[in-house]
Amino acid sequence: MMRTLPHSRTFGSSCAAARRRSLRCLIPAGTALLPAIAEAEMRFNFPEPVTPIARETLHIHNEFMLIITLLFVVVFAIMIYSMIKHRKSVGHAAVKFTGPTGALQWFWALIPFAILLFIDFVLMGIPAVQAIISMEDTKTRADMVLKVTGMQWKWQYEYPEAGIKFISTMSTPRAQIANAEAKGEHYLLEVDKPVVLPVGKKVRILLTSTDVIHTWWVPQFGVKRDAIPGFLRETWVLIEKPGIYRGQCAELCGKDHGFMPVVVHAVPEPEYLAWLEQQKAEAVAAAGSADRAWSRDELVAEGRTVYDKVCVACHQAEGQGLPPVFPALAGSKIVNGPLLDMNGRIIPDSHVDRVFNGKAGTAMQAFRDTLSDVELAAVITYERNSFGNKLGDMIQPAQIKALRQEAK
Amino acid sequence: MNTATTANGHANPHGDGHYSGLMRWLTTTNHKDIGTMYLTFSLIMFFVGGAMILAVRAELFAPGLQLMQPEFFNQLIGIHALVMIFAALMPAATGFANWMIPLMIGAPDMALPRLNNWGFWLLPPAAILLTMPFFLALFGIGDGALATGWTFYAPLSVQGGMGVDFAILAVHILGISSIMGSINIIVTIFNMRAPGMTMMKLPLFAWGWLITAFLLLATLPVLAGAVTMLLTDRHFGTHFFDAAGGGDPILFQHLFWFFGHPEVYILLLPVWGLMPHVLATFSRKPTYGYTAQVYAFIAIGLLSVVVWAHHFFTAGLPVPALIYFMFSTMAISIPLAVLFFCWIATMWKGSMSFETPMLFAVGFIVLFGIAGLTGLILADVAADAQYHHSYFVVAHFHYALFAGGIMGVMTGVYYWLPKWTGHMYSEKLGKLHFWLTVISFNLTFMPQFFLGLAGMPRRIPDYALQFAEFNAISTVGAMILGFSQLLFAWNIWSCVRGGPKAEARVWEGAEGLEWELSSPPPHHSWETQPVIK
Repeated sequence: MMRTLPHSRTFGSSCAAARRRSLRCLIPAGTALLPAIAEAEMRFNFPEPVTPIARETLHIHNEFMLIITLLFVVVFAIMIYSMIKHRKSVGHAAVKFTGPTGALQWFWALIPFAILLFIDFVLMGIPAVQAIISMEDTKTRADMVLKVTGMQWKWQYEYPEAGIKFISTMSTPRAQIANAEAKGEHYLLEVDKPVVLPVGKKVRILLTSTDVIHTWWVPQFGVKRDAIPGFLRETWVLIEKPGIYRGQCAELCGKDHGFMPVVVHAVPEPEYLAWLEQQKAEAVAAAGSADRAWSRDELVAEGRTVYDKVCVACHQAEGQGLPPVFPALAGSKIVNGPLLDMNGRIIPDSHVDRVFNGKAGTAMQAFRDTLSDVELAAVITYERNSFGNKLGDMIQPAQIKALRQEAK
Repeated sequence: MNTATTANGHANPHGDGHYSGLMRWLTTTNHKDIGTMYLTFSLIMFFVGGAMILAVRAELFAPGLQLMQPEFFNQLIGIHALVMIFAALMPAATGFANWMIPLMIGAPDMALPRLNNWGFWLLPPAAILLTMPFFLALFGIGDGALATGWTFYAPLSVQGGMGVDFAILAVHILGISSIMGSINIIVTIFNMRAPGMTMMKLPLFAWGWLITAFLLLATLPVLAGAVTMLLTDRHFGTHFFDAAGGGDPILFQHLFWFFGHPEVYILLLPVWGLMPHVLATFSRKPTYGYTAQVYAFIAIGLLSVVVWAHHFFTAGLPVPALIYFMFSTMAISIPLAVLFFCWIATMWKGSMSFETPMLFAVGFIVLFGIAGLTGLILADVAADAQYHHSYFVVAHFHYALFAGGIMGVMTGVYYWLPKWTGHMYSEKLGKLHFWLTVISFNLTFMPQFFLGLAGMPRRIPDYALQFAEFNAISTVGAMILGFSQLLFAWNIWSCVRGGPKAEARVWEGAEGLEWELSSPPPHHSWETQPVIK
């Protein structure tokens, strides 16, 4: 389990609570450094492994560290001995040899390389090959499939057998990042909706991405695999111990690369099945709610939640965006344009088109596949009636459903 | 002509009817002038790239965003790497080659002097292109510099702003410059050696550079091709790296690292070539295992172009490919071990003294040893799944490229500075610079190994609280490391300005043609080639 160090917590909060500007924040932190080193529980190795692969990786790592430390010590002990004994200042006269002479010297000169060959290809090589084969064996006796889709800057999880999918985004408030609030225990490593997995089951994980390359990494699982747009990659986990496991995106994926954590709740199977049933029920309820008529206020309220989760990273809290890369929605020509054409179809390059189909070559992705009918209708309605945009119109979830079918 | 130069010699270095002042430097075809320009450019860019990363380390001192937004952070880390690799380390090595290869092999100049001039003068425009987007953004033009890291990975780089285009063009120009330099060095070494200097009597520094030059010729065109494909994907509707159009983002990684891995050895081979000279000089003992070192250079050069995929083991390669790239990468440890063996054997039973260049050489061997050993375990695919994309890798390649590359260059600078300037540098300041550099370097990068093991990904502008202590230590180390380099610049500057007179054979144990000439050597040297017996 990832723990937060007591000292770092108080340091972070005292600093942030004072709402000092950055430089003033650095000075007390600098003076606090020495006691921090003394008190801190620094971690010098991998976190506790909870999957067979992570255990094997830790084992390999420890073995290698031992080998290379030994090599380092032996080689440099010889060098340091020479540096002490063979100095001009102690009157050592230089000898003149430039290579091995005679069979015995050749033997001693070649011994280190024989040892190194043995270390490389036997001592390290054989366990490594074993580990690769087990790491890549995703299919044998897999109990279930989890599909992970990376997108700027959140993860979507899908349980294909159960027909459930949802988006998981970081839940750390932006105010904590800006040092305006005290930082919480799981700062940057907490999400609104964690992925839930059963313990003791082999989970085959399929990975892909909708935009750029991301990397799904949970250190305690010993698993790190790239999510590549347009391709499927796979890996697997078999979690041996219930708990909450945290990780992060590991491949630079743009602005908020540092803010797309992975949180996995590993629970016993009955608990997992109960959770699955609950998710299914919620999905049915959500599908039902798409068919009823929503009022504009309802849509705007729901839309704000969706916006704050999905859109805010780029388009910002007040819809001001971060031009020129991330355009403003406030006063935007596209947002303030017509909703649909006279036949109720999508107008190319209109607001609905953008949200539905994204814009190629930018971070604006096609939300058609990631948001539900209600979420799409709500966020479109919200954007048209917020940030000073006063269109007064709305789009119903049922209309979105119809547009979706038309697109098929 | 011969009499004119010997008469005027050093007193009137450009008394041969050439320009003086700025025009001298713009039009010079003299290998020593061009070498000086390369080295000066490299030193300036070393501070530019260093300033960028100090800003990054300042941001990473404590959790939370203090000094900059993530967009700007991403620009700094990528441009820092490109500047350090292409504008600081590579020009430093080329500067060494220009200055020293003709002196060492008894040639009057480089074989292609005009090409040499052009090769240098391509660098400043490229450096400007690389950094200009930062300044344009201040005026509201564009969205800043390349923000993808130095690796340009598609599709992130397809999505990026105009900083990507600037960086692509800069890389093209830098590549052309390096290819010119390489051609020049190969032609010089093959055709202009003093009579009697066979290839197996060639100084090891020239051997190291020869392999580097061939690697540059083999791999830079691939990089140029990859970034050109990226450019057409961005602007001309091609889909090389876009799955939707039948392309593949991983293709870019293959192309990039086919250049990128040999690039590591491109940066290091000149330093490995230099080390035996320094170690032999200060051990007052001939180089151990000359032939073995030459074959080790060649073996490393050949192996370096067949191991590239170990840079993206986590991208999901087939099992046979994983096993092949793992074992081929591990195989590099054998020729590298030959080099370590020869370095230590050169010192063994010598009569050592520890002037600044020797201190840097020994520091280089120990710290580069850490880079090599951690590189060996990074080659292991299973363990790499944990190390990859983490601070462990950041620490590893800084041990290779700072302790290996930059400290190697510093070894060369202190070793040859008296030869170049005719003055001794301050030994006291040099030693202080060494100890500050070594201690603060380890303070900066040793904690990063532990950060990586604990699970901190690289290239993040903010981090979880359990990483706070090591990051704070690393930042303190980086600040000391950065500011100690001012001592280096000051020491060089004072040595250029004056100081105790250096003899022709600056160091007691120095052997080789370059030490037969006066310090500084005459503007035109070896007009009559020496004969090697």
